[in-house]
Amino acid sequence: MTQSDLITILPLLALVVWACALLLVDLFIPKGRKGWTALLAAAGLALTMGLTLAQAGREASGFGGMLRLDGFSTFLNVLFLGSGLLGVAVAYGYLKRMDLERGEFYSLLLFSITGMMLMAQAADLIVIFLALELLSIPLYVLAAFARPRADSEEAGLKYFLLGAFSTGFVVYGITLVFGATGTTSLAKIVEVLAAGSLGTGSLLLTIGAALILVGFSFKVAAVPFHMWTPDVYQGAPTPVTAFMSVGAKAAGFAALMRIFVMAFPSLSADLTPVLWALAALTMFIGNIIAISQTNIKRMLAYSSIAHAGYILMALVAYGNPAVAADSVASALFYLVAYAVTSFGAWSVVMSLEKPDAKGLEINDFAGLGRRNPLLAAAMTIFMLSFTGMPPTLGLVGKFFLFRTAIEGGFIGLAIIGVLTSLISAYYYLRVVVTMYMREGEPQAEGEYWLTFTTVVTALATVVLQFLPAALFALAAGAVLK
Amino acid sequence: MSIPLSWYLILAAALFAIGLFGVLSRRNAIAILLGVELMLNAVNINLAAFWRYLDPAQMAGQAFAVIVFAVAAAEVAVGLALIISVYRRRKTVVADEIDLMKW
Amino acid sequence: MDLTLILFIILAVTAIATALGLLISRNAVYAALFLVMNFACVAIFYLLLGAPFIAMAQVTVYAGAIMVLFLFVIMLLGAEKLPKGDVLPVQRPLAIGAAVILLAEAVILLVQRFQSTAMLQAPGTVENSMDSLREMSGLLFTEYLLPFEVTSILLLVAMVGAIVLTKQEKGTRG
Repeated sequence: MTQSDLITILPLLALVVWACALLLVDLFIPKGRKGWTALLAAAGLALTMGLTLAQAGREASGFGGMLRLDGFSTFLNVLFLGSGLLGVAVAYGYLKRMDLERGEFYSLLLFSITGMMLMAQAADLIVIFLALELLSIPLYVLAAFARPRADSEEAGLKYFLLGAFSTGFVVYGITLVFGATGTTSLAKIVEVLAAGSLGTGSLLLTIGAALILVGFSFKVAAVPFHMWTPDVYQGAPTPVTAFMSVGAKAAGFAALMRIFVMAFPSLSADLTPVLWALAALTMFIGNIIAISQTNIKRMLAYSSIAHAGYILMALVAYGNPAVAADSVASALFYLVAYAVTSFGAWSVVMSLEKPDAKGLEINDFAGLGRRNPLLAAAMTIFMLSFTGMPPTLGLVGKFFLFRTAIEGGFIGLAIIGVLTSLISAYYYLRVVVTMYMREGEPQAEGEYWLTFTTVVTALATVVLQFLPAALFALAAGAVLK
Repeated sequence: MSIPLSWYLILAAALFAIGLFGVLSRRNAIAILLGVELMLNAVNINLAAFWRYLDPAQMAGQAFAVIVFAVAAAEVAVGLALIISVYRRRKTVVADEIDLMKW
Repeated sequence: MDLTLILFIILAVTAIATALGLLISRNAVYAALFLVMNFACVAIFYLLLGAPFIAMAQVTVYAGAIMVLFLFVIMLLGAEKLPKGDVLPVQRPLAIGAAVILLAEAVILLVQRFQSTAMLQAPGTVENSMDSLREMSGLLFTEYLLPFEVTSILLLVAMVGAIVLTKQEKGTRG
């Protein structure tokens, strides 16, 4: 290992070693005191966050170009670690309340975050494939973590079967790209494509890229590869769902951006129409089906599908060099906006959730506005942010997305985006109306860390919109080279 | 060695397609997982063939194939554990009976 | 026609046939055994290609460990029966569509074969010797160190996960 290897891998190494150590330490923490495990997991995440931030602005490449450390990876790693910290914060009380306290939860969470960070740093198709597995396998287990609750086990199984299926696509696509270019390194693929001597291999390359796109579309839950999402999001323990909807989606997009923006701009002529259709379909179907949902977890699942569509919209223009940088930046910006909002909304859902998956109907939110004004106000902020209305981060995020789409020349797509946002207002605001206009006696959980998460995310959703330029500059600094 | 590369690729594509069909058309979780294994198998044929025909001096294809083996093993371990855990309660692995393939 | 060509055709036919057997078999045990057959055929392909190590790994890891695990679980659960009428109405057209697209890809590759000779013949000959194994293991610890280590973490995670999923908790129905 050279010094540059060590620099690139340091945060990853710290987290993975911490996760392994946590697995051992947890054995000595008696049942009922798993708060210590949670605390240690949070400490590990904070330490890794510190290392990541200390390396901010640095660019390095390690392991023969397989691993990159750049603005892009730092930006995403902070996002992953942040959502990991929030995940631990909300999981602690939830697991206790639902009688699910087992120390492995936190280790598995840490391993999954390691996979996500590896994904953000990967610059080689083999590493991307391994990162996909490393982030997914713990999530399969975590989705089934509410054993012996049947819907959780089914969520785990369903997520696993479709995840394994989509992995098959990704890795088959990778082999075709490998066959066409003779390498798995993204940097070398760029060289080979620039040399333009592919000949008949170019068809292999296109098919391979398309299969990779299909595989990751499963991961980010884009229509028509979304069918697992509602059931899995509904069945999985809510902290896992929150983490999954933020982390796994961001990691999927990280891989798509790395692979497509970095290595395959020359394929945009073939792939842009596909991405266009994928984005339009995802925004449309996600928002339409969300209207008919009565369960808040299912509704948020469809909302998460719809938001994958909005982010895809930014990527449609990836092949156009004039907007490629903006498209990555606005996608990253929206990922942050979505992460903060989504985590907040899920934390409110957790506050109202009762054992055995009760208290999850939208009707159960009735009367929250009178009963618990703080929680209702926070939920209102999240719903407004999801819709893209002021005064929230969601509005700014959508603005950047639409701007990128229009500048890239995809005005039709931007119009679809605006129209579907209007549709989405119906079901998001219905939650707000239910909270304030209807009578009910919801019992909200007042657990400290859960309330803390709700308040922090709500504040972030409002405050961050006042410094969009700074945040966008950070995202723009994260652009792939 | 008189077999063209494309024959291997076609064989792999055919196996991948059969596995894919198996995954999509079966409702039994075990059968679905068997289909996924067939797909991963096709991946390895591709890798070995590309290694041999493109640049046998460079072992990337073989190393990748070995990694795919290990990943497949890890996946199967978790998958079968999930299947066992669901089955213990439900006495079924038929996917639609456990409400699985609600597309 | 030389010998390898004949061997290839026989193996390819067997591989496809066993894969189809997996597809239509109504008994999970038979389906798994068909897959073992298929893996064995593929192992011989690897030998044909001059990759003895992958061939051995295929037999020991895939056909041996993984499929035995499968059979073990099927027997343990008594879940041999794969019911008839195994298909949802939406799924069959979907499955056929997806499979046809991929087969079309195969046919395109076949057509290309006649247009271009660039991808046709394998360069030189590779002996089925273990020298390549030495080279590859060296590579796994140098150039491919990172993927190798990540794989080891992955196996650890899978192990922890499998234990979490099947461990019987005291006081619950497990």
